Amino acid sequence: MFLPENGLILGTGGAQSLAALEEAITASETTLVTVALRRVDAAGPGLLPMLDRLGVRVLPNTAGCYTAGDAVKTAQMAREAFETDLIKLEVIGDERTLLPDGVELLRAAETLVADGFTVLPYTTDDPILARRLADAGCAAVMPAGSPIGSGLGISNPHHIELIRQMVDIPVVLDAGIGTASDAALAMELGCDAVLVASAITRSDDPAAMASAMRHAVAAGRLARAAGRIPRRFHALASTADEGIAAW
Amino acid sequence: MRLTINGQDRSRTESCTVAILVAELIAAQRGVAVAVNGTVVPRSTWADVDLADGDRVEVLTAAQGG
Repeated sequence: MFLPENGLILGTGGAQSLAALEEAITASETTLVTVALRRVDAAGPGLLPMLDRLGVRVLPNTAGCYTAGDAVKTAQMAREAFETDLIKLEVIGDERTLLPDGVELLRAAETLVADGFTVLPYTTDDPILARRLADAGCAAVMPAGSPIGSGLGISNPHHIELIRQMVDIPVVLDAGIGTASDAALAMELGCDAVLVASAITRSDDPAAMASAMRHAVAAGRLARAAGRIPRRFHALASTADEGIAAW
Repeated sequence: MRLTINGQDRSRTESCTVAILVAELIAAQRGVAVAVNGTVVPRSTWADVDLADGDRVEVLTAAQGG
């Protein structure tokens, strides 16, 4: 299984420094961290050696790609660079929202699955598109809770629940998480994992937030397994009337 | 020989392989991938692939993001 046992995948974007990122990764206790691919002169040194030192697995992504063709090419470069078939497939459709382009995404996913990749597509919270991606042979779907870096949480929890019901592959809530309760909710809705970047790296104390996310994911997963009580319009007394005193 | 390396125009007097070019750009080899004219060049062939006049070379590595 490619997902971390503790259900928390870390993104690396937005960190103030490599040292702060390292502290956050350590505090998260994750075993899977996503990285982008950039030209060597722009990338800056030290990221990969740090990840190797921590013993975490690299999940390359195609961040910054706007077409299926660019994403496929980037994925092929990532496989060569990191010697892994894992790819977090991102095909962005719009600069302001950074939301996925479903048409290009599905096209890229089909190509990469046929080429032997283990494809984890960053997708919208559209249950039908999620099912199409699953049918195309993706190894997981990663629906956005809300736009990348927005911290708006899970805009449409019902859709995340629907996706959980409609696909048999892992569901990873990706993008939009703002704080720990959002991560807990994702797990309560039935997600198998969450991917968190900005909410940790841009917080005042990334290591502390990473720890909070780890606990939230664990709590949400436990709550999901325990089974929440049904919502009711009116109260349901938890204390029996029988034996009540008369004054 | 004129090359476009990561978007920058460069001229070289002598021919060179992908392996030589990568060594000039970055110390590490792990985590590095190369494409010439849009086609990925497998690491195992870097020492055998000669660059030609007009080639567009992309040399990529891990960066924070995503």
